[in-house]
Amino acid sequence: MQSEYVLELSNIRKAYGENVVLNGVSLAVKPGEIHALLGENGAGKSTLMNILFGMTMIHETGGYEGTVKISGEEVSFTSPNDALSAGIGMVHQEFMLIPGFTITENIKLGREDTLPTVLSHLFGKSLERLDHAKMDSDARKSLDAIGMGIEEHTRIMGLPVGYMQFVEIAREIDKLGIKLLVFDEPTAVLTESEASQLLDVMKSIADKGIAIIFISHRLSEIMTAAHGMTVLRDGELVATKPVVETSVTEIAELMVGRSIDNLGIAQEETFAGKPVALSIRDLHVDMPGEAVRGVTFDVHEGEIFGIGGMAGQGKVGVANGISGLFPADGSVEVFGERLDLLKLGDALDKGLAFVSEDRRGVGLLLEESIAHNIMFRVMATRQDFLSSFGFAKLLDAGKMNKHAQDMVELLDIRCHGYRQKVGTLSGGNQQKVCLAAALTMKPRLLIVSEPTRGIDIGAKELILNYLTKLRKEEGLTVIMISSELAELRSLCDRVAIVSDGKIVSILSPNASDAEYGLAMSAIAPADPDNEKGGVQ
Amino acid sequence: MTQDVFYNKVREIFFENKVVIMFAVICLFAFYHSGMTTTMFFNELFTRFGRNTFMVLSLLIPVVAGLGLNFGIVLGAMAAQIAMFLIVLWGGSGLLGIFWVALLATPIAIVFGYLVGRMFNSMKGSEMIGGMVTALFADGFYQFLFLFVFGGVIPIAATRLMIPTGVGVLNAINIGDSPNYMRQVIDNVSMLEILNVSFIAAIAFTAGMLIYKLAKKQPITLRGEGGFSKILLFLVPLTLAYIASFVIMPFLFFLYQDRLNGLVGVRLGAVTLALYNIYQIVQSKFVLKQETTPVRYYIYLGVAALLYAITLNTIIYSGLEHVGVPVFTYLLIAGLCFFIKWFMNTRLGQNMRTAGQNRAVATAAGINVDRTRVIAMIMSTLLASYGQIIMLQNFGVMSTYGSHTQVGLYAIAALLVGGATVSRASVKHAIMGVLLFHSLFILAPFASANLMGSALIGEYFRFFAANGVIAIALVMHAWQRTTKRKAVTA
Amino acid sequence: MSSLSEAKAEQPSILHTVQKAAADFGLPRVIILTTFIMLFVLAGIFNMNLPSFFGDVLRRWGMWGILVLAMVPSIQSGIGPNFGITVGILGGMLGAVLSIEMRSAGVFDFITNATMFGISTAMAAIVLGVFFASIMGALYGMLLNRVKGSEMAVSVYVGFSALAIFNIVWALIPVRTSTLILPATGSGLRQMINLTDDFGGAFDGLFRFQIGDMTVRLGLLSVFFVCCLLMWLFMRSRLGMMMSAAGSNPAYARASGINVDRMRILGTTISTALGAVGIIIYAQSFGFLQMYNAPQFYGFTVVASVLIGGATVKRARIFDVLLGAFLFNGILTIALPLANVMMPDVPGVPEMLRLIITNGIILYALSKAKGGR
Repeated sequence: MQSEYVLELSNIRKAYGENVVLNGVSLAVKPGEIHALLGENGAGKSTLMNILFGMTMIHETGGYEGTVKISGEEVSFTSPNDALSAGIGMVHQEFMLIPGFTITENIKLGREDTLPTVLSHLFGKSLERLDHAKMDSDARKSLDAIGMGIEEHTRIMGLPVGYMQFVEIAREIDKLGIKLLVFDEPTAVLTESEASQLLDVMKSIADKGIAIIFISHRLSEIMTAAHGMTVLRDGELVATKPVVETSVTEIAELMVGRSIDNLGIAQEETFAGKPVALSIRDLHVDMPGEAVRGVTFDVHEGEIFGIGGMAGQGKVGVANGISGLFPADGSVEVFGERLDLLKLGDALDKGLAFVSEDRRGVGLLLEESIAHNIMFRVMATRQDFLSSFGFAKLLDAGKMNKHAQDMVELLDIRCHGYRQKVGTLSGGNQQKVCLAAALTMKPRLLIVSEPTRGIDIGAKELILNYLTKLRKEEGLTVIMISSELAELRSLCDRVAIVSDGKIVSILSPNASDAEYGLAMSAIAPADPDNEKGGVQ
Repeated sequence: MTQDVFYNKVREIFFENKVVIMFAVICLFAFYHSGMTTTMFFNELFTRFGRNTFMVLSLLIPVVAGLGLNFGIVLGAMAAQIAMFLIVLWGGSGLLGIFWVALLATPIAIVFGYLVGRMFNSMKGSEMIGGMVTALFADGFYQFLFLFVFGGVIPIAATRLMIPTGVGVLNAINIGDSPNYMRQVIDNVSMLEILNVSFIAAIAFTAGMLIYKLAKKQPITLRGEGGFSKILLFLVPLTLAYIASFVIMPFLFFLYQDRLNGLVGVRLGAVTLALYNIYQIVQSKFVLKQETTPVRYYIYLGVAALLYAITLNTIIYSGLEHVGVPVFTYLLIAGLCFFIKWFMNTRLGQNMRTAGQNRAVATAAGINVDRTRVIAMIMSTLLASYGQIIMLQNFGVMSTYGSHTQVGLYAIAALLVGGATVSRASVKHAIMGVLLFHSLFILAPFASANLMGSALIGEYFRFFAANGVIAIALVMHAWQRTTKRKAVTA
Repeated sequence: MSSLSEAKAEQPSILHTVQKAAADFGLPRVIILTTFIMLFVLAGIFNMNLPSFFGDVLRRWGMWGILVLAMVPSIQSGIGPNFGITVGILGGMLGAVLSIEMRSAGVFDFITNATMFGISTAMAAIVLGVFFASIMGALYGMLLNRVKGSEMAVSVYVGFSALAIFNIVWALIPVRTSTLILPATGSGLRQMINLTDDFGGAFDGLFRFQIGDMTVRLGLLSVFFVCCLLMWLFMRSRLGMMMSAAGSNPAYARASGINVDRMRILGTTISTALGAVGIIIYAQSFGFLQMYNAPQFYGFTVVASVLIGGATVKRARIFDVLLGAFLFNGILTIALPLANVMMPDVPGVPEMLRLIITNGIILYALSKAKGGR
C-alpha cells in the first residue's frame, strides 16, 4: 500500500523532563515536493529533525510520542544509520567532508564499492579491495546530476565553500534509493550566486521525485524554491500551507507571533536627547559562527538597548567584539573614550562589564567558590580584595566573603553558602553569580548576552526585574542581547535586529510582529518587494 | 616563466624533504670523518636494514588510522620475547622453532594490541603520551613475569635459562647454539628453498582456486575479475625458474646461496624498479590511454638509473661487492611493504584513513571508529612482534630485560628521519628513514672519535638525534594543529 | 521557612558529598593507600625496624618533595603535569657543577663554620641553578604555548632531548675540580659526583635529631615545608590567582583581561626553577650528584607522585604534593627491605613496583582526563 506522502509526521510530542519542546506537530511531504520548515531559534525545528533521524539523544531522554511514517509505513529509527538505510539523507550545515580525500572518496565515504579478494574470502568483507572504476563513474553520475562539471579526482582541500556544499549533495543523491533529503540552512555559508545555483539544484533534484525538507530563515529563498511550508513556534504547529497562498509578511508574522502576552511590552521612552553612552561605528567582529560585518549604532545613557536576531547572524558577536574576546575592527567609544579593541581587558578598564552568553565557558570558574567568582575580575583588574602581607599582597578573604554574602542575599542566589562551588549550582543561580560579578565591577555600562538562556522561570523574572531596577535606580546603561524577541520587547527601549552580521533595522518595542518577523529574515521595512515574495 | 615554475617546484620538493636532506648531509659529513671503508659501512648498513625495517613498517598503520606514532609497539616486542622464551624452554630450534615463536607470539600480540587499543580509545588525543607510559607500565609487569613468575610461581627445570637461585630468567638467552639454534635462521633461508616452497605454494593455490570454482560451479575464465591471467603471471615464471633450477647448473649454484651479493642485489633492485615503472608508463599511455602519465613514474625511472649508475663508482662497487644481503628477510620486508600498500586499498584500510582524518565525519559516514582503531592497534602490535622476532634471530641472543626497551624510540625516530610526520607516513618514509638513521648510528661514534677524540660524544649525539627528531616531530604536529584550529575558528 | 528548605537541601548533599569524596579519591589512590598500610603492617610482622624505616620515608619525602611541588605551578597554569621538569633539573645540575668549581677555586674559603660552608655552597648552587633554569623554563614555556593540547607528549621528548644535549655538555665542559673530572679520561664529568667536600648533607645535617631509631632530618623537611608555604602564599596572591584562572579556564581569564600565554610561561618558569632547587636538595641529601641519563625518568616519578596525592592533570593543590610524595616514597622505601626478606631470590622488586605504580597512575589520570572524547 503506497502512500501519497514520502514522509508523514503526525502529532509529534517531545519533552525534555518538564520542558515540552514539541507538542502536536505534524508534517507531510510528497515526492518531488520542496517543503520549507520555518521557525525562530528554539521553535523545535532541530528537535523534529533529530526525531526523524533517530538521533541517540532523543532516545536517551525518553523518546517521543506520535508517529513517523515513511512511504506509508510506520517506522521508529533508533540510530541515524536506520534513517539512512530507509532512504533519508541530510545535507549538513557544517560539512561532513574530509579535506585530504578526493571528491570521489568523499562521495563514497563509508559506502565504498568493493571487489572480493582472496583474503576477503578468508577474513570477511572488510578486506575487499576498493573498486575505483565503479566509484569514479558513480561519483561522476551524481556530479553530473547536479550540474557540477568538476573533475572527480580533485581533492576537497582548496575547493571553494560552495563546491563543498555541492559535494555533500552529490553524496546524498548517490545513496541508493534516496527518498527524502533534509537541507539544514544550506545557503548560510554560500555567496549569492552559489545560493541561487543551489536552489536550482534543489529544484532539479525535486523534479526527479525526491522530496526535500528545506530549513532556512531566508524567506526570499523559501518563496523562490519551496512548494509547501510548515511554521513552528515554541514547539507548536502554527501553520501549514502552500507557499503560493502566502506572502513574506504573513510568514514573518506567523514565525514571530504574539507570545508576548504574559511579559507585556515596555513603555516607550525616548532617550534621544540624552548623552551618548556607547557609540559604535562600522564594527566588524571575527567571531566564528557569529561574524559581525559592519554595525553602527548609539546607545544613550540610562537606556536599555536590545539586540535580537536569529542564531548565527552576529548579534552575539557584537558583544564579544566590544569586550575584546574576539578580534574586532571599527570604532567603539564608551562615554566619549575610544576603546582599544585589540588590547585585552581595555573594555573592563573603561568601566564596561560583560555577562557572556557562554556562562560555563567564559563566565565562570566552575571549580571555584561563589565568593571567588564574584570578586575575581575586580581583583584581577583593579587589585581590589587584596591585603598587604609583608611585601606581598594576598587575598583578603574576609572582605571577599562579606561582599559575597551581600551579593548572595541581594540577588537571592540559592546555595549552601558562598563557599559552594559554582559548578554545582543550577543555571539560573550561575547566571546570578555572573551578574553579581559584573555588578561588583561597578560598571557604567553593562552588556548582558542571552541572560535568560537555559534558566528557570523564577530566576528569569528576577534577573529581568533586577535589570530594570538597576536602570531606574542607578541610571545604569544596559545592552541586552537575546534570542527571545518577547523578552527584548518587554524590557528594552529600542531593539536592533541583526541579520547576516548587519543591523537590519532598529525598532521600537511596540512595532508590529510583521515588522519584527521581516527584520529577522533580513528584509528591512523599506524593502519594496516584500509583499510579492521577493523573486530575484 | 617556466623557469619560475621549475624553481618553485624544486623549492617545494626541497622543503617537503627537508628532514631527509638534513640527515643525508649529516650522514655524509659523518661518513667523511669516520674513516670507515665502504665495505665495512655497507655491511653494517645492510645488516641493520634487514634487522630493523620490519619493525619500522609496523608503525605505519596506526599513523594512517590517526593514532599517531605508536609508542606501544614495545608491547609487540614483549609478546615476541615471551614467545621466544617459552619456545626456547620447550626446545624449539631452527626455522621451525622460529615458526613456533611467531605462532605463539601471534595470540599474545593480538591480546596486547587489543588492550592497548581499548585504552587508547579512552584517551583520544593523548595516544602518544599514553603509549610511552603504557610501554613503561607494561615493562613493570614484564619484569614481574620474568623475574618472579618464571621460576617463582611456575617451576622451571631448565637451569641453563635461569638465574642460579632458580627464580627469574637469565639476563641473556642464547639462541645461537644448540639445543636452540635459531640464530639468523630466517636470514639463512636459501634462494633454492624459497623457490621450491613458492613453487609448491603457487601450484597449491592454483589448484585450490580451481577446486573452489568447480565446487561453486563458477566459470573458469582467463580474463576479468577472478580470472586466471593474474595467477598465471606468477605461476609461469615460477615454473620456468623451478625447471631451470634442475637443468642449468650455474643457476642452481646461484640458488644454493642464502645471501645475495650486494652489488647484484642493488643492480637487480634498480632493474626491477626500472622495469616496473616502464610497465606502468606503458600501461598508462597505451593500455589505459590516460591523458597525463603521473610524473612519479619518470622520477622513479630516473632514481633507478641513478641507483644503477652509482654501483659503477669504484668506491661503491668495492663496498657492495663484499656485502651479503639476507634474501628471505628482505623478501619478508618487501612482502610487508606490498601488503601495506594493498591493505590501504581495501575497505578496512579506507575506513582507517577516514577515521584518521576526522573521527566525527567517519562516525557520520557509519564507520565504527573505535573498532577500526582497535584493529589498527592489533595489526601494529602483531607486526611489531614479528619485527622483534626478525631482530632477535639476527642478533642470535635475546637480552631478556633490554631487547624491547628501546625498540619504540629507535623505530619511531627512524620513521621520522625518513620524512614522516605524526599524521602522515608511508613505506617510502620507513625505508628512507631506516637507511639514514642507521647510517648515522653506524657512523656517529667513529666520526666523533676522529673529530672530538671520544667515541662517547657520538653515542650521546645519536641519543640526542633519536630524541630530538621525535621532539621536533611532536612540536611540529602540535603547532600545525593549533594553527589549523585557529584558521578554522577565524 | 527558608532555613527549613535549606536544611532539606543540606540533608542529601552530605551523603552526596561523602559519595563524591569517595569517587574523587579514586580507585588507584585507594589501592596505593591500602598497599602502603599493608606494607607497613607486613614490615611489623616481619619484625623489621619500623621507626628506622619511618625515618627513611621522611627523608625521601624531603628529598623528592620540592620536585613534586614543581608540578603545582605547571598544572595550575594550564600546561599540565610537567614531564619536562628534566629541563629544570639540568639547570640545577649546571648550577651545582659551577658551585663546585667556585668552591675549589676558593670562593667560599672565608667561611670557616662547616655547616655554614655547606649551606653557602648549596645556596650558590641553588641561585645559579634557578638562574639557568628560569631562562630555560621561559623558553620552554614559549614552546609549550605553541603546542597547546599536546603539552605532555612534547614535554617528555623535550626533556629527553635537553638531557641528550646536556650529556654532550657534561662530556665537554672544561672543569678543574678533581671530584668532577672523570679520572679514566681526564676530561668530562663523572657519572656520580661526590658532594662530601661541597654541599653534601648541608640541610640534612641541620637540626637533625633521633627519636629512638627514627632519624628526623628537620633541616631537610623545613626546606621542603618552607617551599610549600611560599607556594601556598603565591597561590593566594593576585598573580597566583590569575595564573590558576588562566589554567582552569583560559576563556574566562581572557575575559578578565589576563594574558593567558604569559601566565602559562610564568607557571612553566616557576615549575622549572623549582626543578633546579629540587634536584640540589635531592643531591645534598643523597650525597652525590648523578649526571648524564640519571634524571631521565624523574619527570615520570614526580608526575606520578602528585597524581597519587589527588591531583588531576588540570588541578593540583599543595596538599596533593604532601600526601603524594609521602605515599609514593613510603611504598618504595619499605618495599625494598621487605622484598629482601620476603622474596630474597627476586631482584629488582622496587624497580618493578616503581614502574607499575608510576605509570599506572599516569595512565589512570590520562584516561580520566579526556574520557574518550
